Amino acid sequence: MEISARQSEGGVIFDLTGDIDLAHSPAMRKVLLVEIKEKHTLKVYLNLKNVRYIDSSGIASLVEGLKASRDQGSRLILYALSASVREVMELSRLQKIFEIYENEEQALSS
Amino acid sequence: MRAPKSQRNRSKKGIHPRADLLLRLQLESNPEALCLVRAVVQCAAGVVRFQESDSRAIVRSVDEALANVIRHAYKGRGDLPIALTCRRLWSGTDAATPCGLEVVVTDSGVSANPKKLQGRSLDDLRPGGLGLHFMKQSMDVVEFSRKNGKNLLRMVKYLAPSTPEEKPEGE
Repeated sequence: MEISARQSEGGVIFDLTGDIDLAHSPAMRKVLLVEIKEKHTLKVYLNLKNVRYIDSSGIASLVEGLKASRDQGSRLILYALSASVREVMELSRLQKIFEIYENEEQALSS
Repeated sequence: MRAPKSQRNRSKKGIHPRADLLLRLQLESNPEALCLVRAVVQCAAGVVRFQESDSRAIVRSVDEALANVIRHAYKGRGDLPIALTCRRLWSGTDAATPCGLEVVVTDSGVSANPKKLQGRSLDDLRPGGLGLHFMKQSMDVVEFSRKNGKNLLRMVKYLAPSTPEEKPEGE
């Protein structure tokens, strides 16, 4: 999995590419928690357009990030979910817990 | 899509008229290997002609099963053996029609705590504990057992719309 960061107005966008599984979710978790808890970034966007697969450890990392963002008073925003990622969100009943948008334009204007 | 309840109940008896081995894998408990397993299991599901969403469900379940073995049975060690087999199940009424896929995962780690095999409530927003829920939601049969010092997880997914199985002998 690859993670790259871009600055956006009021926040940072992480472009994720590949699979978020047991081997790679720790890296995503670390990046998220540093951004939210140490850098105190107000808006953290996750672009999931190129994520083919996410497992329960990836979902757990997202939940941890969401909890941290709530504690910090910031926002964790997901967008461009693939069918596979959307299915896992629905199985976890998390699709209404997270802020999720169809695309980057909608996410940035939210 | 899940198979009808009648079919799932019958399958719990583990009786199938015919099954042929599609895949036997021996791997180490290395998380880096999971992407390889997902790829081959997706191919196995394709051989049985599952729809795309059902193939994803099978792949997800196998991945979660292996991740559980690595994390819980082997406590994160990356060099311990895991075996995986995939068998194509055939309908008893039509010898030319596959009716599902059976996956068996075997490890030699510590046995699972039965309480932890119940999963957890999804209303509780916290990280972790979702893997078993994914498996149970995605597969028609999920059975844990322990035999000869090994943990066995047997999962079955039936093709939908379902093809009725032959009644087990004696029924």
